[in-house]
Amino acid sequence: MIEGIWLGLSTALSIQNLLMVIAGCLIGTLIGMLPGLGPMSIIAIMIPVAIKIGDPSTALILLAGVYYGAIFGGSTSSILINAPGVAGTVATSFDGYPMARQGKAGKALTIAAIASFAGGTVGAILLMGFAPALASFALLFHSAEYFALMVVGLSAIAAFAGTGQVAKALMMTVAGLMLATVGESALFNAPRYTMGVQDLQSGIGFITLAMALFALPEALFLVLNPARSKSQSGNGAGEIKDLRITGDEAAKIAPVIARQSVQGFLIGVLPGAGATIASFLGYAVERNIAKGDEQAEFGKGSVKGLAAPESANNAACTGSFVPLLTLGIPGSGTTAILLGALLALNVAPGPRLMVDRPEVFWSVIISMYIGNVVLLVLNLPLIPYIAKLLAVPRNFLIPFILFFTLMGAYIGQNNATELLLLVGLGVIATILRFADYPLAPLLIGFILGGLLEDNFARAVNLTDGIGFMWQRPMTLAMLIIGILLIILPAYRQQRAKALSKGVAQGD
Amino acid sequence: MTLERGIATLFLAICIAYGYVAFVTMQNELLPFELNMSFLPNTLPRALSVLGAVIALVIILTPSKPASEGGTAAEFKNVAWGNIAQTFGLLALMVAYAMTLRPLGFIGSTSLFLILGGLLLGERRFVLLTAISVFAAFAVWYLVERLLEIVLRPWPAFLMTQ
Repeated sequence: MIEGIWLGLSTALSIQNLLMVIAGCLIGTLIGMLPGLGPMSIIAIMIPVAIKIGDPSTALILLAGVYYGAIFGGSTSSILINAPGVAGTVATSFDGYPMARQGKAGKALTIAAIASFAGGTVGAILLMGFAPALASFALLFHSAEYFALMVVGLSAIAAFAGTGQVAKALMMTVAGLMLATVGESALFNAPRYTMGVQDLQSGIGFITLAMALFALPEALFLVLNPARSKSQSGNGAGEIKDLRITGDEAAKIAPVIARQSVQGFLIGVLPGAGATIASFLGYAVERNIAKGDEQAEFGKGSVKGLAAPESANNAACTGSFVPLLTLGIPGSGTTAILLGALLALNVAPGPRLMVDRPEVFWSVIISMYIGNVVLLVLNLPLIPYIAKLLAVPRNFLIPFILFFTLMGAYIGQNNATELLLLVGLGVIATILRFADYPLAPLLIGFILGGLLEDNFARAVNLTDGIGFMWQRPMTLAMLIIGILLIILPAYRQQRAKALSKGVAQGD
Repeated sequence: MTLERGIATLFLAICIAYGYVAFVTMQNELLPFELNMSFLPNTLPRALSVLGAVIALVIILTPSKPASEGGTAAEFKNVAWGNIAQTFGLLALMVAYAMTLRPLGFIGSTSLFLILGGLLLGERRFVLLTAISVFAAFAVWYLVERLLEIVLRPWPAFLMTQ
């Protein structure tokens, strides 16, 4: 491991890569602050740039920097104008915005930055321990196990979708898998489901799909619901004066940060859970264990209530890299996009990554530390200036967001038909959002679809049939876990419904 | 019928069409030697169509619950018709952008898209809007073509020699 860290340090600390981290964090913060552009959209926009760079370590360092920057930018807009740019920072606004209204915006930003820094750093340390262990275990996997693992991953994403959402999430996963079958694949001699359209032969571009699923609906929501982007005047950048925190406050938040960094990391490792769930859970746990008057302060500007979701969401972001780097399975929409970027850069994430491309693996981990330092040292002092961006009028902002969305899809494919596909899919995605269908499972299904079919085909060809599903104990065990993950929440929901029938309709 | 079930019904129809192609059309197109193989191009599609249809039926047949608080479904109520018209206008503008990107060139169509988008949203400072849009179109073109070396045709087709 020491030589790994050394290799990572020497790669990540080159001038070019350092510049990439800094640029990534700044771009991420700038764009992440804007309403309507979350980390997924920003990373999708940056992918053509990353592919242009060519060197996978440098490209991934840039994208990881953008990811952290975007989360930090999201916290900033949550605190300053109560408009979370990212779902993972919604819990940040619970206490961050009240603090800003009390004139403590600078203090709130500092606490958020320190909590994020600690969460990210603890996450990176845990990742260094976790990932190699998991990867060495995963080296035992064959295609049959990979297939089973993907089934587990996909069903876990559906299972974590929330109550009453499991069937919808599953439907979206199947829709994603279906979209993945469009076009030519290396396995077969003829294109499938292109309906004679020439432009569909190479399949649907994943950047196009990512833009259509996330960036476009967000931008359209800004138009449909103007209240979303309205910024409260009087709480702008002018009021960020004092960035310092007192020793008393530091003592208060230290244990919170320590607990939530570990908890957030563990939640982030689970596929499908991710930063949003980690931040809400972190907030809820800290509120429950806080004592009397401290508990009453939650929601009214508690420093603990701000530190908890901030450290949890950053640790979870780091945690979500564990399944991506060791198993090649994305646990969230953002890591799904990163997986797509890696595949485009000719890197196959998985247990072999640490053996075949150790410099990629370790430099990403080391760049996580550097990214956290950059956020703390560079971004925090710049925040009063960056926050001016929030004052850009909506009439200028929205056409630009739409334009960036179009550019992201166009640069990746250099094909104007792709833009029409983007608009069509974007409209469908917006309607799906209105019906509360989760969209991340669709993208994850789409990205895993090709890998799933490859591994399934290999396993079927090796054993001449689907007997491998019950002949290989590890495969069987994983498939059973996958089925249980779907059945258990549904069963508990049914039981809760049956129980509630006996109870009078009260409060 | 709720939107949720409407979507599930539509998805069921898609699954049936998708399944028809997998079970019938693709099966007939298989080459003779492929018939002896254990994994075929339509193996996964067949499984997906059945799975998708079953899940869609589950959503259609189970009683639906009220929409979750604070979800996007709840936000739907706040939508005003004027905003819907603006949304469709912007979507039409995006389609027009895709169509004019080649004939008008990148800088022309991008400037037009940004200016018309701003006007559609109610911006009246025309000169400022035009200046910012044209500058942004130039800046993005410069960044993408010069720094990323991805070719974007900046001018209308008839002005470009290649």
